[in-house]
Amino acid sequence: MLRQTPRFLLGRASAAATRWIRPFSTDLPSETGGDSKFIDSWKKTIPNIDPPKTPSAYMKPRPPTPSTIPSKLTVNLVLPYDSVLSAKEVDMVIVPASTGQMGVLPGHVATIAELKPGIFSVHEGNDVTKYFLSGGFAFVHANSVADIIAIEAIPVDRIDPNLVQKGLSEFQQKLSSASTDVEKAEAQIGVDVHSALNAALTG
Amino acid sequence: MAMIALRREGRRFAAPLISNPINPLRSSLASSECAFTCLPPNKIAYVIREQVVLGVRSISTQIVRNRMKSVRNIQKITKAMKMVAASKLRAIQTRAENSRGLWQPFTALLGDTPSVDVKKNVIVTISSDKGLCGGINSTSVKISRGLHKINSGPEKESKYVILGEKAKAQLVRDSKKDIELSITELQKNPLNYTQVAVLADDILKNVEYDALRIVFNKFHSVVQFVPTTSTVLSPEVMFNAVLENACSEQGARMSAMDSSSRNAGDMLDRLTLTYNRTRQATITTELIEIISGASALEG
Repeated sequence: MLRQTPRFLLGRASAAATRWIRPFSTDLPSETGGDSKFIDSWKKTIPNIDPPKTPSAYMKPRPPTPSTIPSKLTVNLVLPYDSVLSAKEVDMVIVPASTGQMGVLPGHVATIAELKPGIFSVHEGNDVTKYFLSGGFAFVHANSVADIIAIEAIPVDRIDPNLVQKGLSEFQQKLSSASTDVEKAEAQIGVDVHSALNAALTG
Repeated sequence: MAMIALRREGRRFAAPLISNPINPLRSSLASSECAFTCLPPNKIAYVIREQVVLGVRSISTQIVRNRMKSVRNIQKITKAMKMVAASKLRAIQTRAENSRGLWQPFTALLGDTPSVDVKKNVIVTISSDKGLCGGINSTSVKISRGLHKINSGPEKESKYVILGEKAKAQLVRDSKKDIELSITELQKNPLNYTQVAVLADDILKNVEYDALRIVFNKFHSVVQFVPTTSTVLSPEVMFNAVLENACSEQGARMSAMDSSSRNAGDMLDRLTLTYNRTRQATITTELIEIISGASALEG
């Protein structure tokens, strides 16, 4: 496939010239040993204390980019208080990027997208699960892994439409009566979120 | 008169010799003995008579009893602290475990680069505000000092950003000039994401750096925590680090309080033994006195 070509070429070039200190961030390291340079310098300077661990030691290593496009996309949807989806294999996800809806299929090019409040849908065969995200980031890696980071994510069927309407009108009122910049910005955020919620419920 | 008093006193001195050899009161008695020998004889009698009036006879048992009371109180406190830590741990452990997914995308994307060699280094040390929690704070301080040592030289410099009272107290002593920012009372309210996000924002805005390392204790089990350094500062990573450290703190406090209540129990057992032996010895001596007095009268 074409998406593999630059990686292949670059890999050749870099191997000949210098060792990459860090491989391409989209091209995840398949094994995560500790940073040997750090461990060596630590042991030289402070021999009596063990070097501290790094977070990657606690992480399940991500798979390397396969040569053929896999049939499934691995999705992680994480929140500060929960991991809603953890390494779930799905067919497609649609994320509410700030530049518009973005569908992510297996083998998508590596992308980082900012998310706006909106619907995040997970397609799994004929099943479609919809979540409302309050905004965040989506990292799509070349190895068909997508990480979605959000502050809040709620299944759409748990949202009460009446409360959304009420909140929307409340914040619209606040926006019109806001005097300071801070109040205005707060009200604007409220209006944005509630209209996104409203659109998600009606649309 | 003085003779009687001296005899009484002699009995008192003999009592600890009869009782067990590990008498904790030996030292206090020895010092009072010494004080007596320094005085002229008539003064000794006076001092002794006064002490007899104040109930000098039971002084040895009284001291042990007071000591037992205070040890029992300490044990009560440590037991209560253990209970509190256990319940706090349960609440915070689920939150820390749920937040573990949050930093993984960032580490996957940016990786870990603890060996990065740049000019301006900042070490964010996360510690607790309260003490009595084992070695977690000194561990993070030691690791931070190590990182500081590695990353400071003629052309590079390292600064500390400190979260929590305890690491501040330890680092202020020798590296006061390197402390850039210190934030305390983080855990006054239960930790929440918004608060930590604001905090991370604060650090990112107010501190100049080329590379930043967060030092915290990652929670493994109640008795085990692993010092960890992370090189990505985002609110998400910070949130998990703060939660993990708080969780380790409660775990460490729980095990520390558990062992101190056990130690207090052991001490109480030893003191009870001493107390009973001393009491028994006094009773025996008194009985012997009465019996020998009675038999002297008969004879």
